[in-house]
Amino acid sequence: MSPARRRCTTETPRKTALHAWHREQGGKLVDFAGWELPVQYSGLLDEHRAVRRAAGLFDVSHMGEITVEGPGALAAVQRLVTNDCARLADGQVLYTVACREDGGVLDDLLVYRRGPERFLLVVNAANSDKLAAWVARQLGGAAAVRDASADFAQLAVQGPASRELLLACPLLAPAADALRGLPFYHFAELQIAGEPLIVSRTGYTGELGFEFYLSPALAPRLADALLAAGRPCGLQPAGLGARDTLRFEASYCLYGHELDEQTDPFEAGLFWLVKLDKGDFIGRDALRARKDAAAARRLVGLALPGRKIARQGFCVFAGDEPVGAVTSGSFAPTLERSLALALVSRGAAGAALAVEVRGERLAAETLKLPFYSQPALRA
Amino acid sequence: MSDIPGQLRYTREHEWVSVEGAIATIGLTDYAQGELGDIIYLELPETGTHVGKGDPFGTVEAVKTVEEIYAPVTGEVLETNAGLEAHPELVNQAPYGEGWLVRIRMSDPSELEQLLDSEGYREQVGE
Repeated sequence: MSPARRRCTTETPRKTALHAWHREQGGKLVDFAGWELPVQYSGLLDEHRAVRRAAGLFDVSHMGEITVEGPGALAAVQRLVTNDCARLADGQVLYTVACREDGGVLDDLLVYRRGPERFLLVVNAANSDKLAAWVARQLGGAAAVRDASADFAQLAVQGPASRELLLACPLLAPAADALRGLPFYHFAELQIAGEPLIVSRTGYTGELGFEFYLSPALAPRLADALLAAGRPCGLQPAGLGARDTLRFEASYCLYGHELDEQTDPFEAGLFWLVKLDKGDFIGRDALRARKDAAAARRLVGLALPGRKIARQGFCVFAGDEPVGAVTSGSFAPTLERSLALALVSRGAAGAALAVEVRGERLAAETLKLPFYSQPALRA
Repeated sequence: MSDIPGQLRYTREHEWVSVEGAIATIGLTDYAQGELGDIIYLELPETGTHVGKGDPFGTVEAVKTVEEIYAPVTGEVLETNAGLEAHPELVNQAPYGEGWLVRIRMSDPSELEQLLDSEGYREQVGE
């Protein structure tokens, strides 16, 4: 193989509150979106399977948090995102995108309603600074907008055993009732060890799971407590590698792959995030026009023969005509197949497709999305 | 810290070579398998193929990346590791043992002198 490619950067990557903890757990740390984070511990496939079978513990502290508060908060958030935040009750979470005026996606994000005038936006690490600046610029003085990323560490516990292990964790005893009854895409605000904690029934793996937002000071203690309580259930620390293959199998969009500023939400299959009738928002006119014109491209799921992987950027063909490109491709550990997500021209979506893998065109089978779904996720 | 056995020779591209007479057994180093992560597929040359030193002669597909494999010596491929077809993870599990890749009959054994010894390789990987 070629000599190891070491990334040259003049900027020191940021460290999460669990940096030392990752080293103790044998995590292999890499630079990811400006953060030093574990790509794996025991191995990507092992961690992936642990999450599908039992549970995995992820450090997702690199995600950005933006607070929007004050009398104009709801109107401000409504203007920023395509989904309808007026339908949120306190304690509910909404998945949405924020678009530019021309309908290109700036980021996909979660909106937490903490009160009638208190919203928390959770944005992608790579887009955190861009989004914080965009939100502040767009909202002017309409609401108090603050990049609160430094206030929060974020942990995710994902997998079918997650609820059970959280209930077995003594540190989370004050949260037991909330954890037991928390519906999908809802959250609770609690106190543990004298510190505030937000816990939500959200995640990025396609499994039953929970995400915790807490002070960086408390994060290593919670990570230790979770691991101690969860080991008997099969919980293991899991890295970014497994996080990506898990989200890929569940066919969740990843910014920079299925989504970017050149892609609109319709192309990425996110029709359900765009509420054109909710009132004005940034990008509404462009999105209405794009919807009427029907999306130029469509996201499709492909399966390749054998185990060669179609990676991002690989060309997709219908006959001899290039019709699009792979946005994400991987060996899917649960399904044990080589799969790919690809954006292809609308007309080609029903055609027989092939992917060019290092000079060789491999006939692909078109699969229905998502590749993997777990009914217990929403139960 | 990677396992770098003292008795083997190494390329800068992370292949190892073990020599018995004119036959060189070739594999990927422990460091290489660690950098690649979980290996799911290998494409290796057919028996009888002639390979030249430094030529790419196969690919290793890991979940996160794909890399070429380069021939450390010139010669003819005598055998490829058939066990890797069903169990490519052997390269991760036993890179110097069951995870070997190919055996080559060397046409110019003096090429071995251009390879790194274990100390040189350890220096190269910075450990």
